[in-house]
Amino acid sequence: MNHNPDSAGNPRFQRMKDLPSTHLLGTGTPMCSGCGGLAALHEIYDIIGDKSVFINAAGCMTLLSVYPFTPFRGSWLYTSMASAPAGAQGVRDALDILMQKRRMAASEDMEVVVLTGDGSAYGMGLSATSGAMERNLDFLYICYDNEGYGNTGQQTSGATPHGARTATNRGLSGFPGFKKDLFSIWAAHKPAYVATVIASEPLDLARKIDRALSLKGPRLIIALAPCPTGWEFEPQQSVDIGRMAVKTGAWPLKEYIDGEFVHTRIPRHRLPVEQYLQLQGRFKHLFEPRRNDVLINEIQDRIDRYWRNVSSG
Amino acid sequence: MSRSLLTGNGAAAWGARLALADYIPAFPITPQTEIIETLANWIDTEAMAARLVTLESEHSMITAAGAAAATGVRVFSATSSQGLLHGMEMIYTVAGWRAPFVLVNVSRGLASPITLEPDHNDVLAARDSGFLQIHCATCQEVLDSILMAYRLAENDRVRLPVMVNLDGFYLSFTREPVTLPDAKTAADFVGSYDPENIRFRASAPVSQAVAVLGGGPYSYFRYESHLAAESALEVYHQVADEFENLFGRRHEAIDSYRTDDAELVLVMLGSFATKAQQAVDQMRDAGQAVGLLRPRLMRPFPRQQFRQLLAGKKGVAVIDQNLSMGFGGILHGELASALYGQPEAPPILASFVAGLGGRDITGEEFFAMVEETRAAVASDQIPPPRLLYTQAELREVRKLQAVAQVERVELKQPQTVQGGQANES
Ligand SMILES: Cc1ncc(C[n+]2csc(CCOP(=O)(O)OP(=O)(O)O)c2C)c(N)n1
Ligand code: SF4
Repeated sequence: MNHNPDSAGNPRFQRMKDLPSTHLLGTGTPMCSGCGGLAALHEIYDIIGDKSVFINAAGCMTLLSVYPFTPFRGSWLYTSMASAPAGAQGVRDALDILMQKRRMAASEDMEVVVLTGDGSAYGMGLSATSGAMERNLDFLYICYDNEGYGNTGQQTSGATPHGARTATNRGLSGFPGFKKDLFSIWAAHKPAYVATVIASEPLDLARKIDRALSLKGPRLIIALAPCPTGWEFEPQQSVDIGRMAVKTGAWPLKEYIDGEFVHTRIPRHRLPVEQYLQLQGRFKHLFEPRRNDVLINEIQDRIDRYWRNVSSG
Repeated sequence: MSRSLLTGNGAAAWGARLALADYIPAFPITPQTEIIETLANWIDTEAMAARLVTLESEHSMITAAGAAAATGVRVFSATSSQGLLHGMEMIYTVAGWRAPFVLVNVSRGLASPITLEPDHNDVLAARDSGFLQIHCATCQEVLDSILMAYRLAENDRVRLPVMVNLDGFYLSFTREPVTLPDAKTAADFVGSYDPENIRFRASAPVSQAVAVLGGGPYSYFRYESHLAAESALEVYHQVADEFENLFGRRHEAIDSYRTDDAELVLVMLGSFATKAQQAVDQMRDAGQAVGLLRPRLMRPFPRQQFRQLLAGKKGVAVIDQNLSMGFGGILHGELASALYGQPEAPPILASFVAGLGGRDITGEEFFAMVEETRAAVASDQIPPPRLLYTQAELREVRKLQAVAQVERVELKQPQTVQGGQANES
């Protein structure tokens, strides 16, 4: 596969015009308009291509393939909420066995891609993901992180951020817990590659997917997925909210490769996080009917502390 | 062909080896572990050209098994009890994928209370999943049934996974002489794995296991699976014929023992039926016309054969080594539904629950059950379901409770002394 940098060592995606101009993934899916997860998937799929088999866990994206239609040019297997990485294990192992026993030509091989939401990735499927990494499975994991159990109506998940209102935390201070650091949990397994991406930064995303495809072994990507339905904003704001997540430092763009952690974008003048929070209905209670400075500052402090460690490290 | 002394687990491993399984997703659980250890060892020593991968749970193991079968390789796996239940979501799911493979279940009672010893609540919990089920009573049958199971699973009228069941300890760890088919004949019998239209290839993309909207397409696929399971009955007979021709052993869907002229018939699943068989011989010696039916196929349920084999019998005693809380014996219920309204159905169908968690069923108990069934025939009164238990067993449990009580009191005393409080009685 031609995902590697060219012979001069230049990355395939240097500027915006290097990005594919048409999308490979079909349209007309039942995803909500403005779905940041679907936007990320479009961009990712353009780079992975149709020589792929997507192994899906229960979530919004399960409804991409509804009998007898699919937007995918390649293959698809729905498994369950907890075991998509194990499905990838079975498919990858079977493809390897078929090639090893010469029952399938190498040209029939495919990239095995797990596609799950955060509920699955941060929670129910974490043990299966850990197992897959432990076995050094050669696969790509795409988690679209809409910070809640989206398909069931945005209940609190292991990815829900502090203070966000969800269907199961409707109180005045929203979710009292903190978003789990899945990036670090994954990286602690020392897989080949871990990265965070977001659809609103397509060049950064494309480079990371391209890098992931050039490697072997477990490669895991978390795409922050602004979700109009669950985060309560108008679909057309999806890209702005994504950009704001990066500019305020709420969503750090980074990667883990060869044992090193690298931030691919260090916001020079980080905007105050409230500019990100204010755009979303799930944080409205921080501003109305009265401004909750304590909670806003708490959220800002955690972000500041995160970035302090980055610059000092 | 050669004869060896094998445990039930050893026979299961031989079944997978002779069937040329390509892929073995695994996870340890007593009393099954010997199967995967044996296979792992063969793979390490290159006696077997397969890949064994230990997953982190049975839920993942069954997912990987189904996914690999859906990609186009022959898959074998094994589990037991809590493991089967842990994977139950995927048992149902992969059956719906119509990806054929063979899963051995070594029966073991379910928690709670937790135990290692056998009964059939584990395998029967998968009864409605779409997996076909073959239940074995001897080590030879375990090996033979695995070979037959691949033929059944992969048949183009069936295309469903098959579970082959053997009882923990009683069969898994019991050594019996087993005739090993020679590798070539076994390979010819199972043939090579044809994934048919179920596989993933870059040049021929497919979507498998997609969602449906509404009851129409949902029912369509569910009915398809049911009809495929039903046609497995006919396919089973063809496979059994072919197996007999090649290997000289016949494995019926229902094993019948001395039933031809029997008036009363015992019905039982699994290896405990060999105890029933001994009891039948003793009763025959005592001049009683008693026989035994042991269904090997539980899914598809051999309804028609049961009707034929039991036509004109006076009474039937179903001995269930399982218990559906609030219902009773599962096999009893299934048999009742098969026989209801049939012109020659036996008028008495008595229900006994026995052998839970490996509890023994003694010769006297078989006699007593037959006696009770005979009395029911004479009085034309169906007896209430019986849960077998003896006075001695109850005394034993009471004794354990008394010991526990004493321990508790003794444990309390030093605390009372330390605290300097008056002892409240
Ligand atoms: C074992 C199991 N439990 C619960 C569900 C119900 N369920 C379906 S989708 C879903 C939410 C998944 O959340 P996430 O992984 O974040 O994906 P999203 O819905 O946000 O796309 C849940 C709880 C299920 N399908 N399976
Ligand atoms: S609920 Fe959110 S994540 Fe799910 S499809 Fe809608 S916008 Fe996308």
